[in-house]
Amino acid sequence: METAEKILEKILTLAAAHFKVPREKLSPDDDFFKTLGIDSLQTLDLLTKLENHFQVELPDYELQGVSDFRALAGKIQARL
Amino acid sequence: MKEFAGQALSWKLEQGVVELALHREPCNELGSLSLGELEQFASALDGLEKDAHALIIFSELQSGFCAGADLRELYARSQGIAKSEAVRGVRNFLERIHHVLSRIDSSALTTIAAVHGVTFGGGFELALVCDLIIADKMARFCFPELRLGLIPGFGGVPRLKRDLGNAVVRDLLLTGRSFNVTKAQQVGLVSQVVGEGEQLRAARATAAQLGKFDRKTATAAKRFIKPIPQEELRQEIEIFCRLFAEPAVEAGLKKFAESTDAQPYLP
Repeated sequence: METAEKILEKILTLAAAHFKVPREKLSPDDDFFKTLGIDSLQTLDLLTKLENHFQVELPDYELQGVSDFRALAGKIQARL
Repeated sequence: MKEFAGQALSWKLEQGVVELALHREPCNELGSLSLGELEQFASALDGLEKDAHALIIFSELQSGFCAGADLRELYARSQGIAKSEAVRGVRNFLERIHHVLSRIDSSALTTIAAVHGVTFGGGFELALVCDLIIADKMARFCFPELRLGLIPGFGGVPRLKRDLGNAVVRDLLLTGRSFNVTKAQQVGLVSQVVGEGEQLRAARATAAQLGKFDRKTATAAKRFIKPIPQEELRQEIEIFCRLFAEPAVEAGLKKFAESTDAQPYLP
């Protein structure tokens, strides 16, 4: 199983690449809505990118209230 | 009319393939403008069917295929009038869009929805009238209506039931969660998955293949395996209108219309 840190690092790399933000500007505890400047539709893009990469299903309702990368990594780890 | 350029959508006929492009910002929300132009398309379909063998429906917007009904317009139009009048307005809209969607569903052409990104609510229902759904890797499918106190109103559930097992239909309908394309292909909703942004190219290649077959045979085959669920479509309108009269719906629509939530689309 991948460690939480590895998952987190991959999320940050994928998010930076997809939304064309320098990787070094993203930190694990950032609110990704604010840091990435994304709306609800773009959030779904991020969700799809992560599901495709980690080959997991992340039901939307499990992500309610999740707004930082670290918490997101925890949700993915729980599904691996 | 072999070509049309509207504000919400456009179509053209080339080499036997009709391409219907959606292009209303932000994500092809279906309101009165889109409906009026879809009705023009439905009227033109009789003529187009004489010269074409396939129809492709796709979005020109990067944001996705279609985010569904225009809920802000729906909310605005139901304000300042009696509930019974609001319900009458909704019923009229539903009758009209059902007419258009059933016309496309029963078209003699082989129809393809080439989808990417958000394919939600009414957008999902538009894709479901097509014979084939070709999706890119970023496509997501969802029926978020229950969070508003409604059921899908554009024929989604009867058409989904026609195509998929009831367990999957219930999961989509009752949880309001979204499926990614891997899941959608697993359950049999999507027949071809392609790389990011490749859905239209794949749909055009498929449409070219369809042109090799006798049209009458293809139409007969389609009608044999894809009946229109008329009775359930009628029931859907009745249930939707009954639910629309409930106070919870107005509260849900108000919340959505006035929301600054970062996740208004997430159930």
